[in-house]
Amino acid sequence: MTSLARSWRWVESEAIGYRRVWRGTVISSFVNPVLFLSAMGLGLGTLVDSSTNDLSVPYLSFVATGLLAATAMQTSAGEGAFPVMAGIKWRKGFHGAITTPLSPTDIVRGMMIWGSIRLTFVLTVFAVISVAFGALDLVPALLAVPPAVLTGLAFQATVTAYTVTRENEISLSTLFRFGIIPLFLFSGTFFPISQLPEPLQIVAYLTPLFHGVELVRKVALPAADASIVTALPMWVNVVYLGAMAAAGIVLGSRWLDRRLKP
Amino acid sequence: MADPLVQARGLTKRFDEFVAVDAVDFDIAKGEAFGFLGPNGAGKTSTMKMITTVSPITEGKLTVFGLDPGTEGRQIRQRLGVVPQEDNLDLELTVAENLYVYGRYHDMHRADIKARIVDLLEFAQLTDRADSPVEPLSGGMKRRLTIARALINDPDLVILDEPTTGLDPQARHLLWDRLYRLKREGATLIITTHYMDEAEQLCDRLVVMDKGKIVAEGSPRQLIAQYAPREVVELRFQEELMDAMTTRLDWLEGSTEFLADRVIVYTDDAEATQHQLTERDIHPVQVLVRRSSLEDVFLKLTGRRLID
Repeated sequence: MTSLARSWRWVESEAIGYRRVWRGTVISSFVNPVLFLSAMGLGLGTLVDSSTNDLSVPYLSFVATGLLAATAMQTSAGEGAFPVMAGIKWRKGFHGAITTPLSPTDIVRGMMIWGSIRLTFVLTVFAVISVAFGALDLVPALLAVPPAVLTGLAFQATVTAYTVTRENEISLSTLFRFGIIPLFLFSGTFFPISQLPEPLQIVAYLTPLFHGVELVRKVALPAADASIVTALPMWVNVVYLGAMAAAGIVLGSRWLDRRLKP
Repeated sequence: MADPLVQARGLTKRFDEFVAVDAVDFDIAKGEAFGFLGPNGAGKTSTMKMITTVSPITEGKLTVFGLDPGTEGRQIRQRLGVVPQEDNLDLELTVAENLYVYGRYHDMHRADIKARIVDLLEFAQLTDRADSPVEPLSGGMKRRLTIARALINDPDLVILDEPTTGLDPQARHLLWDRLYRLKREGATLIITTHYMDEAEQLCDRLVVMDKGKIVAEGSPRQLIAQYAPREVVELRFQEELMDAMTTRLDWLEGSTEFLADRVIVYTDDAEATQHQLTERDIHPVQVLVRRSSLEDVFLKLTGRRLID
């Protein structure tokens, strides 16, 4: 069995378990974008667009693209945190699996594949709902799904690497409180980071979600100009997120190995 | 021993300064039920983890099926069945699905797994629970399912780490019955336990571990013969007399243990011992004569201190 085949075995077991819970998760994949786009896009957007709006696109389009990337981050950070802690500590499923031919690395890769499959579905729903709201055109919206999945993968991988070194759920809530939520608010999701004071702009440029949001906007909003995105070439965003995903997978595998095989 | 299935020489496991397993030697033959007996913290689980290739060895030599756990772990695990100390069943899956996914981890074909599941559910007496979730199962059922899961790949070696800890007597006996059947079918078993009756029931041969070392080795019968005289006399006295007994009983031959509530006398002839007591005008409140058991060997070798 090749390493990829072993990772797929893990995906298969996740899929079997998912058959029992899919209804709830599918409903939330529909409800979340509707709620966010109604409140932020239509509600807040009307207010923003009626004042002097420097953006070259309606606020609804601006925030829908931001939220597409931010949703990827949040969904994937959760995938990298709770199921991983469960596998190590709460239900100890990883400890059982590594007594079969599967290795910790196979498990980590399997989780990444499974996370990306789930995320592709969640984000496709999000993109289609954005189209229904009139925020985006269908083709660019669908083309923006893969960049958003890459954003999610980068987060799932690094959060996994973080989680495998942690002892308890307190460090997980710390991560969300001081990592994920600030990123959600200050990475250009809701307003262009040019609105931030200069030193904070530099910080924002370095954060991963900024690169995810930028990449999604460059793909989903072909009309985007300097009021929406920076002049940074797309490949920089891709390399940033790709490197983050790769580092997370490599370190997550190594640290999980150390954790499970003391 | 010719071609042992598992062989350890000077096998050592250290965690920083703490020595969990201290240079142990053992050979486990094919078809044998081999026990690791010892109190908590004796190093049993650490030894099991090294055999199952999920804990790297610090020093010494270990081979499983003649393979090196450090470099050939996957080939070893392919042929192992592991029942961990704590159940780690997937609570999101049904009983049958738990077996199915492990079959897939072992690269078995779907049709083969399905056929095997039927047999294993019957073996574990869980046939009527095949499609029920795992969560509501009793402790004994979960344990049997964990054992069935370990057998999905028809392993050459089954490793059971404290298989019956925490189960009620009925569940334990049912489990023993299943393990007995497995043994009769020729499986090689490694069992860790701190229950003497379990070791006596199931193990052909065992080692007693204490503080990381092997302190005795043999069959249950041999160990009893070697470390404990044939019979045990337990004497109870009025509480106020207990202190005086340490001196009043110092003439007893063989080994004697003074506990808070009773005196334990190991002897080859319980009747003679009782006769001697009467001659010296010592009249216990209660006298209990029993055959010595592995428990006596165990307590003798590892002491009565409480280990948590």
